[in-house]
This record gives sequence, structure tokens and C-alpha cells, in this order.
Amino acid sequence: MTHDATHPSGSPAAPAGLFTYAPAPESRAVVDIAPSYGLFVDGEFREAADGSVMTTLSPATEEKLSEVAHAGEADVDAAVRAARTAFTGWSALPGAERAKYLFRIARIIQERSRELAVLETLDNGKPIKESRDADLPLVAAHFFYYAGWADKLEHAGFGPAPRPVGVAAQVIPWNFPLLMLAWKVAPALACGNTVVLKPAETTPLSALFFADICRQAGLPRGVVNILTGDGATGAALVGHEGVDKVAFTGSTAVGKEIARTVAGTDKRLTLELGGKGANIVFDDAPLDQAVEGIVNGVFFNQGQVCCAGSRLLVQESVHDELLTALQRRLRTLRVGDPLDKNTDVGAINSAEQLARITELADSGEAEGARRWTAPCDLPSQGYWFAPTLFLGVSQAHRVAREEIFGPVLSVLTFRTPEEAVAKANNTPYGLSAGVWTEKGSRILAVSERLRAGVVWANTFNKFDPTSPFGGYRESGFGREGGRHGLEAYLEH
Amino acid sequence: MSTDRLSVLKTYKLYMGGKFPRSESGRVYEVTDSKGNWLANAPRSSRKDARNAVVAARKAFGGWSGATAYNRGQVLYRVAEMLEGRRDQFTAEVAAAEGLSRAKAAAQVDAAVDRWVWYAGWSDKIAQVAGGANPVAGPYFNLSTPEPTGVVAVIAPAGSSLLGLVSVVAPVIVTGNTAVVVADEFAPLPALSLAEVLATSDVPGGVVNVLSGSAAEVGAPLAAHRDVNAVDLAGAAGDTGLATELEVAAADNLKRVLRPAATDWAADPGTGRMLAFLETKTVWHPTGGLGAAGSSY
Amino acid sequence: MTVGYARRYAPLVTMPPSAAPALADVTASDAALRRFLHGLPGVDAVGLDARAAALGTRSIKTTAKAYAIDLAISMIDLTTLEGADTAGKVRSLCAKGRHPDPSDRTAPSPAAVCVYPDMVPVAREALAGSGVLVASVATAFPAGRAPLEVKLADVRAAVAAGADEIDMVIDRGAFLSGRYLKVFEEIAAVRENCARVGGGAARLKVIFENGELATYDNVRRASWLAMLAGADFIKTSTGKVAVNATPSNTLVMLEAVRDFRDATGHQIGVKPAGGIRTTKDALTYLVMVNETLGDDWLSPHWFRFGASGLLNDLLMQRQKLSSGRYSGPDYVTVD
Repeated sequence: MTHDATHPSGSPAAPAGLFTYAPAPESRAVVDIAPSYGLFVDGEFREAADGSVMTTLSPATEEKLSEVAHAGEADVDAAVRAARTAFTGWSALPGAERAKYLFRIARIIQERSRELAVLETLDNGKPIKESRDADLPLVAAHFFYYAGWADKLEHAGFGPAPRPVGVAAQVIPWNFPLLMLAWKVAPALACGNTVVLKPAETTPLSALFFADICRQAGLPRGVVNILTGDGATGAALVGHEGVDKVAFTGSTAVGKEIARTVAGTDKRLTLELGGKGANIVFDDAPLDQAVEGIVNGVFFNQGQVCCAGSRLLVQESVHDELLTALQRRLRTLRVGDPLDKNTDVGAINSAEQLARITELADSGEAEGARRWTAPCDLPSQGYWFAPTLFLGVSQAHRVAREEIFGPVLSVLTFRTPEEAVAKANNTPYGLSAGVWTEKGSRILAVSERLRAGVVWANTFNKFDPTSPFGGYRESGFGREGGRHGLEAYLEH
Repeated sequence: MSTDRLSVLKTYKLYMGGKFPRSESGRVYEVTDSKGNWLANAPRSSRKDARNAVVAARKAFGGWSGATAYNRGQVLYRVAEMLEGRRDQFTAEVAAAEGLSRAKAAAQVDAAVDRWVWYAGWSDKIAQVAGGANPVAGPYFNLSTPEPTGVVAVIAPAGSSLLGLVSVVAPVIVTGNTAVVVADEFAPLPALSLAEVLATSDVPGGVVNVLSGSAAEVGAPLAAHRDVNAVDLAGAAGDTGLATELEVAAADNLKRVLRPAATDWAADPGTGRMLAFLETKTVWHPTGGLGAAGSSY
Repeated sequence: MTVGYARRYAPLVTMPPSAAPALADVTASDAALRRFLHGLPGVDAVGLDARAAALGTRSIKTTAKAYAIDLAISMIDLTTLEGADTAGKVRSLCAKGRHPDPSDRTAPSPAAVCVYPDMVPVAREALAGSGVLVASVATAFPAGRAPLEVKLADVRAAVAAGADEIDMVIDRGAFLSGRYLKVFEEIAAVRENCARVGGGAARLKVIFENGELATYDNVRRASWLAMLAGADFIKTSTGKVAVNATPSNTLVMLEAVRDFRDATGHQIGVKPAGGIRTTKDALTYLVMVNETLGDDWLSPHWFRFGASGLLNDLLMQRQKLSSGRYSGPDYVTVD
């Protein structure tokens, strides 16, 4: 792979003024992407049994980054068998030994974090600022956290002698490729399971680099297996009879399909699915910080976040003031080259996702909501969507009900705390919510009534390996992170 | 002509929203003892009964989940007291239902009473065991708290008409969920009598709703119901087809599913059945410093 | 904030004659002033710090850096405020103000030289014709613990000696004990004493000593209080305490002047002072100004740095940009 591929030209778009930031691109030379990659099975890279391959693109430029193997049923079978074989030895290792492997992995991730950040930005389209300052530090921290659990499981509250479940089939999304891998792999290995992980079709590369990290760490063969592929690969993996545990992060529709697939089996299941998070701003909120929280809530990672605060519920008495401030702030967002260190909003991950966002946004306009788009010049190549607000939205609009998974915020109003809670909960989802008020008792009262797995009060989109994450209702079940995150990977 | 007094038979009814209705379908079925002797005609619940029970359970959820844990513990302890007071009645019903000797049946009743007491005590402790502060790497207060998942449909286990029943109902409601319970089809009378205990034990109407009839017939609409948050399939043990069908139906709105498993109802139950119907909510809030201050003039 | 904010507060906001019409309700009593100041939106410290830190990660390169360095130099209030100040020391600093980089006459001059009142005549003479302004701290700087009449005399003396700008300190004791009206009236009195004989007035910078106010909520309240009382500039600190200007407490003040202009139409300047030593520090502040306030404040008339060592670091970076080589302290002047 050459390193001279084109980037979107110029600096990220923001209105020109006296002080215009020159391009500040992160060096791409730090990562060496091979022209093709195989599947990582039983400690070795191999081609798909039927030789099929697929291509992964840079969504910012549509440039081909690499070719990866497309795993089929025979490959799934081989990977599950490898994981099964490895399970015997891995689960029998003293916890302290498993811990040391995970500590090694954590350290190697830290050592290679810039390389991995650039890789993630290339394959996913997210700003380097985020992959560098959010994704990678959290990935390493997650392995550190669960490494420490590996020899303390009997103290975790799941019985005096908790045992691993067996072979875990893990299917992860494209929005935080390496972080979602960490959320899945770290607790599974700490508990003594072996894994077969399928990264998303459009973002396979960081998982393959992780396979290399496993090799550097000397992880026994077969403990981690990586199968690149598409939805069919995932379905074959989830349905394989040799799998004891299924963990999926992705859309609610696929989550339901997986729940049906494992029904009637002994396979354990955890699902982390979609959301339509409400971000509630009361009139006594710290407004400047609320504006930042709203921006971070729905434009972080281009809004391609399951826990995004995609519905802004603002108290009517402060609506105009807040919206003016929000629009002023959105005018300063810098949309463009994800590798530019000053980019705030990068590329949408795929043409397919861009089409979905576009369709839903168009429905918002068709249904009568007022559309406002931050002024910015979008690059001509790649997949882009400008930060967008919908004003005058009601609970009946599709943009208020369906997960858009893009940089689109629907603005609704409320009059009383009761109404705010009722509207926030009026969704089949229940993953995240935000509350902004300087009144302590209101934070506690509202937080208690919100039916959501994570409530951010006077902040938003904060993550930590010690903090359990997961949804109510159709946002899935099970928790990832913290002591709670061990439960999915232990028999008890 | 005999001078023996003719006993007064009890008409067994469903329990819904604190009331004792007949099945809206008007149907009943014969309940017999283990030797086939007629015991009673139990209501054969319909899909609409299931629906009505869910409405009652949902209506009760806000108040019950919002009650203090101490209050729920008091109420459940009261259930144990009332159950103890009806020890003889339940002993007779369990003996008839399960074909046990009087002594063995009494032991089942005693164990059931003790189980209520055990679970009642969990009401204000489970949050401390299952939740807690998380030491995040930043200036934030972060607390995880277990919360009830909502309305839970419980297919009561077969073959343990009171102890098994209590062992699946108590863990659901002690944490603040409300329940729609489908009693053991062939031994529903202890369950229907338990409803009478609940009705006189300060348990708010709708917190527990008891349906008798076919698990397959009533279970299906419950498993598919979009306002039900979870299902306990204990009673589908041994019927893989039914268990699978209900689990598939439950996937439609991603209910939490507790699968059937061979269970010794006399054994220490652990916290598993409570945890299965709890959500973990994690709340973050910034802390920050007090503001650096000081003069050095 | 902006229009809504203006609607909410305009009826309450009453301005000194010099600043805006209709001063009445808000400053009518201690109670009214307290209600107003405590009704301002709160500041969440963690969120504020996070925003300031995020702006601190902006990467300013090449042409943007060259622009920002020259802008930063032009915004410096080159400062000497020592008990050991002498006429010689002040003249030497003024010479540096005239020609910051003897090896490169294209280097811009700083905005002002900032001295104690007794050194104003020296600075005035040394800077004559240079375009570099003379600023003077007054009001019993830095503690401000003197009777009002003494403070006002201090101001009058500095103005009479030719100071273009007066940097006053507020009475933090009064502020912290909730006597906001006393603080307000003192600022207003100082402002009156900034008038020059024969017309015109020195521009008034009001120093809060954020390190003594301690909380961001207090910084926001002090900002509004000073702006209501007629400040031309609001300034973070004296440079004489442990906590001086920080990106966070400056950001609160930038938000305050933004909101004040939206509410009243009056633009107020901001001056962070103390602890800003490196080019990277200065660029962080300019990024904050750029992304919070925009072009209207990107000039020395509206934004200043109170600093002394900063200038040499900016000059070294400037030399690096033009030569491609890293410079060293031997290639800038020590004054």
C-alpha cells in the first residue's frame, strides 16, 4: 500500500475569517496497510476457504485501502473449532497468567496507539482528534481494566468459583471498530473464554491489526480468531452450534434476528443495540456547557453513536436562547479531512449509511420540520453529511422516533419536568439520556425516572472501562464495562 | 341418611388488578388431584385475560417500583405472615396437587413461607450488592443502580405448585417489577389461593396477576406482548418446542428471557432470578474541583 | 446569550451613561444586583475545563501560525510591575516595545507598556511617537486595600501623567462578602476618574483577580458586574497570585463579553494576564477568541495579553518560521 493517496484538499471547512487554520494533517506514514489481509484463525492469517475477498475503502476519499478475506461457513467452522480447541488450555490457565497476556496487549496498544488511531481514521472516517484522544485511550484502558479482573473473578459477586462460558461469538459495528473489539474481547478473555470476532464489513482493518498485536503479545493460538466478512458471515457465526455465547453490538433489527436465532439453544446472549437518546435541557442549565454537551452528544463521531443524544428536549422558556447559541456554535464546527488534527466532524462511514441518513433527513423536511444546516463546504469525494438540526419537531416525526445514526439533531420542546420525562421515555429504545440543570434534586428525580441504561447529567457521551454500559428495552440487554460486564462471560 | 355436613366448595378465580374475575371467555377446566379425583373447576384464561392482566400489571408498575425498598420489604414480609396463617389450607392444597403426604406438603409450605421471608429481606439490599460507585478516570461521580425492568410474564414451574411458584414470583416483584403469572396448568389451585393471600397482604392490586390455564395458550400472547418487558420461562422446562416458540416471540421487542432450566426449588436460590429482571442504570455527573483560590501578596 | 438572552435581561440591564441607556433596576440596590448576578446561567466547571482543553488541542501551523504570532505580539501589554522598577528598567522595556526584534524590523510592536503609576511619565516619554500605548495599574494595585479616595487619587495621577489605559483591581473582599453594589460603585467611580482634562478618557481595564474569586460562577458574575459599571476591558488577574489567567477562566470571560454585546450592543475587551509564557499558550487563547468571539475581537483594541516573558518566546517562534531553524534566547533581547 502506498502512502501517497489523496486526502480531501485544504483545511477542514469552516467559515473563512481573519484567523484561518492552515491544514494540519496527521502523518499517514505511521501506518503500513498491506494490499491484502487474510482471516486470523488459530494464530495464523489464511485466505477464505473459497478464496473470496472484499474491499475496504476510506470513506473520506473513496480510495481503496485494502482487500480482506470474506469468510464463509467453512471459515466460521474452522475458527469456532480453533477457539474450542484453545479453550481447554486458556480456561485452565491461572487467572494471573491470563491477566499478564491482557496487560501485554494493553501495553502494546498504547505503544502502537498513533498507528492504530491513523488506521482507524482511514478506515472509518472519524476525525483523528477522536481516534487519537477518545478511541485509542479507551481501548487500552479497557484491556488494562479487565486484565486486572482475570485473577479476581471469585470476588466479583458471581459466586465463589465462576467458570468461563466457552467459545464467544462476537459481532461488532463499524462506528468504533477497535473500541467495540476491546469491549468484547477484553472481558471475554479475562474470564477465560476464547473468541471468534467478526468486525464490521466496512471497517475490518483495526481488528486485523489487533490480530497482529495478539501475536506480538504471544497470545496462545486460537484464543482470539478474527473473521472478516459481511452480514452473512455474522449470521453463520452466531448460528454455529459450537458457539456458547453470542455478543452483538449493532442495529436493533439485526439484534432481534439474532435473538430469534439463539432462541431455544443454550447460547448466552447480550445485545447492545440502537437508541434515540433524549438530551433534556432545563431553563436553569449551565447553558454554555449544555451547548457543548449537545454538540458532543450528537456530532461526536458524526452522530454514528448508538447512545447519541439525537433528540434535544429543551424547556420552552429557554428554547430561543439555547438554539441561537447552538447554531452559533455549529457554525464553528470544522467538517472535512478526518486526518486533519483540527477536524471536528469527519466522513460518514459508507455510502449506504449516507443514503440512510439522507433519506431520514429528507423525511423530516417532508413531514414539516424545519431544517437548518451548518454552513460548510463538503469535500467532493467521499461520504459527507453536514451537521443538521431539525426545529419544530414533534414526537410524531420520523426524525424523532427512528435512529438516524448521523449528524442530525431533532429539537423538541417541553414545559414541565413531567412532560420532559414522558417525552424522553416515549420510545421503544432506552440506551442513553442527558439532563442539564443546576438543581441537584431535579437531576436525581429525573435520572431516576428516565428509562435508559446510561444517564449523563450535565455532561454527555462519557465512557470509562469501569462504568457499565447498555440499554433498556429495545436497546438490548446485558452490560458492557465494569464489574457488570463480567457477567456475560461467566457461568454462575 | 348421613348427618355429615356438606362442605362449601370454593370457586377459584383469576387474580387481576387486585380483583378476582372469571375468565372473560367464560371457560373453565377440571383440576384433579394426582389420582385423578376432581378438585375444582379452574378458569381457563384466554388471550384477552392475558392482555387485561398486562394492563393491570403496567398500571401497578409506577407505584410499586416507586415505593421505597423498605416498604416493599414490609409488604412481602406481610405476605409471609399471611401465608403462615393459612398453613393448613396450603398444606392440603399442595398435598392434593402434588400427591404428597401431609407432612411433605407441610414442609413445602414451610419452605415457601421461608422463601418469601428470604426474598422480602432482599428488597433493600439487592441495590447495594448489584450496584455501586464506579471509579471512572475523570472528574465525575458515577453510580450504577439496579432498577426493575417492568412487567414480567412468569410461566410458573410445573410440579412445584407452591414452593416453585413462590420461588419465581417473589424475586420478580421484590425488586419492583410487576408480574403476570401463568400458574402450573395441572396444579393451579395453590397459585389461585396465593392470590387470595396477596390480596389481603397490602400488595397493591396489579403487582401480581395470576392466570390459570394453558401455558401455551396464554404464554404466547404474553411473550409476544409489546408492553411486557421480560419473560420467565420456568414452566416451559421439558417442553423445548414451547420454550423456543416463546423465546422467538419475545425477541420481537427484545424482552429479557430467563430460559427454563432443571431447578431444585428447595435449594438456595441465589440472586440470579432477581438479577435476571433488573436493569443497570448508570448515572454520571461532573464533580470538578472547589476552585483554586488564594493570595500570595 | 444573543437575542433570547437580550430579551430576558435587557429590561433588567441598566447601563452607566457611558455604556448604555436605561441604567436603573439591576443596580438600584444590593439586592437587585445580587438577584441579577445570581440569575446568570451557572458554569459547570468540568464542562468548561473540557471545552477549554479541547480548544487547546487545535493545531496551528504555517500561515495560520505566522498570522497568530504577529497578532499575539501586537496584543501584548508588555509589563513590568516590580517593587524594584527603575526609570532605566522602564526605558529599556519601552525600547523593546518600539523594536521588539532588532534583527527583524517587520516584527510588530506590542499594544502597550504597562507600568506602575509613578513610572507613567518615564514610559510616556520613552514611547512618544511610537504608537505603543502606556497602560498603568492603579487603585492600590495589586491588593487594592486602600481607601477609595486613595485609589481614585492613584487613578487620577496616572491619567494626568499620560496613561492611555488604567488597569484597576476590584475589591474582592466586598465581592466575596456579597456587597456587589460597593464593587459596582467603585468601578463606576474609577471610570469617572479616568476622564482626561480637556476631554477623552483613559480606557478602563477591570481586574477581578480570578484566583481570589475562586469559582467560575464568580468570574461570570464579576464580568457582568464590571461591564455594567462601565469597564472597557475585563482582565483576569494581577499576575501576583498563585492562579492567574487560565484558559478556562478566560473562556468564561469571553462568553460574558459575547453575551453582553448580544444583550446591550456594547463590545468589551478581554485581557488575560499572568502565567501566559509560551507561544503555544498564546495560540490557545487566540483560538479561544477566534472560536468564541470571532473576527470582531481579533485585534489589540479588544484583546490583550498581560505578559512579559511571552514576547521573547513569540519572537523566537517568529524567527523559526522565517528561517526554518529553531532560535534560542541569545537571539532575542533581555530587557
